[in-house]
Amino acid sequence: MADALNEALREEMTADPSVLVIGEDIARHGGLFRVTAGLLDEFGPGRVIDSPISEAAITGFGAGGALIGCRPVVELQISDFVSLAMDQLVNHAAKWRYMSGGQVSVPLVVRGPISNAIGMAAQHSQTLEAWFVHAPGLVVIMPSTAYDAKGLLKSAIRDDNPVLILEKRLLYSRKSAVPTDEYVVPIGVADVKREGSDATVVAAGSSTHLALQAARQLARDGVELEVVDPRTLKPLDIETIVDSVRKTGRLIVVNEGARAGGFASEVVARTLDHVAISELRATPVRVTAKDTPIPYSASLEREVLPSLDDVLAAVSEVMRD
Amino acid sequence: MTAVETPTLAALEQSYLTMQRIRAFEAKAMELFAEKYIRGSVHPYTGQEAIAVGVCEALRAGDYITSTHRGHGHCIAKGLELRPMMAEITGRATGYCKGRGGSMHITAMRHGMLGADAIVAGSLAMAVGAAYGLRLQGRDGVVVAFFGDGAAQQGIFHEAANLASVLSAPVVFVCENNQWAISTPISCAIKIENIAERAPGYGFPGEVVDGNDVLAVREVAQRAVDRARAGEGPTLIEAKTYRITPHSAATPMDNRDPEELAHWRERDPIGRLARRLVEEGSVTDARLEELALQAHAEVEDAAAWALDSPYPDASDAIEDVYAPAEWLTPGRLS
Repeated sequence: MADALNEALREEMTADPSVLVIGEDIARHGGLFRVTAGLLDEFGPGRVIDSPISEAAITGFGAGGALIGCRPVVELQISDFVSLAMDQLVNHAAKWRYMSGGQVSVPLVVRGPISNAIGMAAQHSQTLEAWFVHAPGLVVIMPSTAYDAKGLLKSAIRDDNPVLILEKRLLYSRKSAVPTDEYVVPIGVADVKREGSDATVVAAGSSTHLALQAARQLARDGVELEVVDPRTLKPLDIETIVDSVRKTGRLIVVNEGARAGGFASEVVARTLDHVAISELRATPVRVTAKDTPIPYSASLEREVLPSLDDVLAAVSEVMRD
Repeated sequence: MTAVETPTLAALEQSYLTMQRIRAFEAKAMELFAEKYIRGSVHPYTGQEAIAVGVCEALRAGDYITSTHRGHGHCIAKGLELRPMMAEITGRATGYCKGRGGSMHITAMRHGMLGADAIVAGSLAMAVGAAYGLRLQGRDGVVVAFFGDGAAQQGIFHEAANLASVLSAPVVFVCENNQWAISTPISCAIKIENIAERAPGYGFPGEVVDGNDVLAVREVAQRAVDRARAGEGPTLIEAKTYRITPHSAATPMDNRDPEELAHWRERDPIGRLARRLVEEGSVTDARLEELALQAHAEVEDAAAWALDSPYPDASDAIEDVYAPAEWLTPGRLS
């Protein structure tokens, strides 16, 4: 997936001279996870900028550049560091168009990895999409495959709105087929990653793979899960989710964020805006991280993050009738 | 470094007129607040007019500014029109931001006003990004970021100053040191004499200037703007001044020493320019009075026009959250 993101940046920077990238260790080093590798040589230091360790300033820098017609892509080395840039992203980039009465747009991309499940502990392992889904003015993307990551990053760079992309670090090395021909994945369109008739599992990012793993295992017992990957968390493709839930009558949402006020809760609530309780065959179930900081030790981190067993248990629960 | 020209008499009269416009605008804004035409608050720029006017006179078309909650003066000095400004702060559809921004958030892209920011140092990094972007696009524009002494104590000041320096961004940081952060004196906020002393720590020049002397401000600003335009990087200007009104219309209490206030009233930037024009130039008191009346009339016209303007249609509240996009279809967002 890292290579796919790199290709997206290279293609968009080639096509549009207003695209620039800035972040910590992204130029000479090519990014801690190689997403920006080779860009410095190809596009030069004016458009590929190694920044000081200043997450707030580089995010504000991106927003300011966007105001006068650049398309900056800001890399947060670890997505948790977005808390340092929160004011610039939420209070500035997200609001500037609205507050100006539509005079300006802010074509900014902020992207970075979610580094959980590898022992990086509480300040490098958070899944924070709920904070940003809650912020009017932002687009939030969480890709699960190399194909989606490349196509969505290209769409994000071309979009005239501020976009946050949360990339699971463990997926950077995961391979999937990416066409050689030019393509984009549109923002706001979910992808049914697996069709099934018994229960709908909505899951984005690495949770998609957990859902698919559960689906493969349960298929052996004759239970068919439908796995809907929203890909974009805001705007959410609620139609695809609702169509699936109407078909299966059962909804499970898997999400690695903390449970309270989380994205899983949002998906359940949004679905119930459209689907009557009487249309459901079971109460919707959320499979989420526990409401704790992410601990370091492997046994503890496994306990906190959603697991395959948690998904299987959720399926048993909704299939109980 | 280019030499700074001595302004012509016409230019000095223009400075005087602009300062009077700002003074009259703020007086009218306070009046409209008291009469409940303005919601929220107003943070008057009264007493600080020489800074916005002196700095903006050093700019040209294609240059940009960012501003703060105390931003009306910067807008007027940058050439924004009084009618849509007054309409904005009275919440009308004809305001620069269609009534969405209000007093603290006037943006006017066609005048090079990137936006006023109610997070006191919030716009500094955006100013750096805009300045860098201008250079990347091959434009020779400069961005001026106005902010106060209080803002210099927020973390983003440090990050933005340092980033501007390492990127040699064509930006000028203008710190208006009015010596009070609401009720907290500057002596409680910093342990150095001048905020400008920090600039060498970032690798660029810092200059202290009498912020109540429009000619001195203009001269320092011109040097900094020329330097930025020449690709030599940022400058931090600290303009010492004083706000002679309370912090805001909504918080009229004022714990400052009346003697201190009286001292600064004597150094009022408009009075100082007036004395200079009369003593050194050929300007008569009558001419100055005429200019003050002109400013007053323009402000009255703007207020009447604003109050005669419609409020935004309620349905407009949900517009412009996002820029047009293919995915932006009804019902998509909630």
